[in-house]
Amino acid sequence: MDMPRNDVRPVELDVFSTPKHLEHASEQARARNYQDFLIVDVDSHHYENEHYAEVFEYIESPVIRNEAKEGAGRRVGWLNSQVGYQNTGGRIHRQKFRGKEKAKPGKHADIMLTLDWMDAMGVDYCCMFPTPMLFLGLHPQVEVEAAMCDAYNAWLCERILANEPRIVSMLYLPFNDPEAAYKTVKKFGDKKGVVGFMVTSPRYRPVHDNAYMKTYALLEEMGKPISFHAAYSWDDRSLQMTNRFISVHALGFMWFNMIHMTNWVINGLPVRFPKLKVMWIESGLTWAASLMQRLDHSFMMRTSDAPLLREKPSHYMKQMFYSTQPMEIPEDKSVMESTFKMINAETQLVWSSDYPHWDFDLPSTIYDLPFLNETSKRNILGANAARLFGLDLKPVKRIP
Amino acid sequence: MAEWFVAKASELKDGDRRVVTAGKREIGVFHKDGAYYAYSNVCLHQGGPACEGMITQNVVDVIDKNRQYQGQVYGDETHFVCPWHGYEYDLKTGECIGDRKQKLRKYEIVKRGDDIYVVA
Repeated sequence: MDMPRNDVRPVELDVFSTPKHLEHASEQARARNYQDFLIVDVDSHHYENEHYAEVFEYIESPVIRNEAKEGAGRRVGWLNSQVGYQNTGGRIHRQKFRGKEKAKPGKHADIMLTLDWMDAMGVDYCCMFPTPMLFLGLHPQVEVEAAMCDAYNAWLCERILANEPRIVSMLYLPFNDPEAAYKTVKKFGDKKGVVGFMVTSPRYRPVHDNAYMKTYALLEEMGKPISFHAAYSWDDRSLQMTNRFISVHALGFMWFNMIHMTNWVINGLPVRFPKLKVMWIESGLTWAASLMQRLDHSFMMRTSDAPLLREKPSHYMKQMFYSTQPMEIPEDKSVMESTFKMINAETQLVWSSDYPHWDFDLPSTIYDLPFLNETSKRNILGANAARLFGLDLKPVKRIP
Repeated sequence: MAEWFVAKASELKDGDRRVVTAGKREIGVFHKDGAYYAYSNVCLHQGGPACEGMITQNVVDVIDKNRQYQGQVYGDETHFVCPWHGYEYDLKTGECIGDRKQKLRKYEIVKRGDDIYVVA
């Protein structure tokens, strides 16, 4: 018989430990038997800026490398950034105190810190993405995006992916330089842990530009997915009209992906590259269901604007992949169930946490949905991504 | 129901708090402005440690008699914030600020001499 426990502890805000911070997530993982099946997180992050000293050493051009090293930490930065207050005035305290946490000895600090939160949540594999570099597509110097992207990818492959099989990545594509994007796929496509390539969505280059066709063809030939990772830009002319972070974030994370998706479908890229796998990351789910209806409606009246399409736009959108986070959970779950049906969630939806960012989701956001059966839950939480990335279905996590 | 020891009153200073493990439950106990409050430490959102984050005053949009916005100030209501995602709760009621129909489970506090207990 269990004896009653009566532990009492103080709350120490300025002491940060990932396993402690996520203790309730580990309880969820044990209660839901996550150890019995695979969970893949297709969108998580680290703070690459904490390792810029290492990353800059990988910049090939000695001139740009020097500019990077000399420009770092200056009043005016070498890399662009964004206005924002993601930590909600200090309310998300891991963003304030995580710097106090010491990584366990062993591998690179970002590997050890990542494995800590993965195990705490019950995650077997994660796809690691950068954080400040999500805004790099807005850098005014195309050659800086290309140089920084090449250096980061090389650093990530050598220091992280080569040394930890549970961490994979879709590497950053320097999309503002189409030739560099092509070379990036050629150079890194076969590296260990590279499961695809990622375009940061805030930027002003249309995806249907002819300059990208050889990159899409190469990705299709290699069987590697291309993904579009959302973010916001408070410099965007429309979004400049918003005055609170909630507004620019809610709209911005859908806005750029809605534009790229519309261009992708209307210009017939799914017809031109029928085997290319496409994934949309961190826009939630409601935008896709809404856009399907919108484009289908217009298409029936204006087929001459999209003559390559043999089916309605939604037909092609249903064949793409969608990451879950930040998953809108309405009070009326039937609305959500319809969204799942529209995007073919059973095979096309892939769970993501976005940890450690402010609006991360746990696996329970999927596992606890009342309208999913156990097979559907396991597909969305891991099996769909395993098929897409070529991962083993055997769980490897160590839930504390 | 049982009484679970929280702290000596002399040790739980005003503005301080404790997290009590009472069997399988976790309960956050607050001492604020002379009163004690106890709530479930499981956030209604995704199950985060609701009672272990920042304590802050509510934010108020100031609208003047012409219904024009004149900036923001802190109000009189005290909130505690789940550190995972920022869900805010009213310290006096346990109501979720984003949807006051939702409340954290509230527990009774009893004081016996210098000892404080939570009833759960």
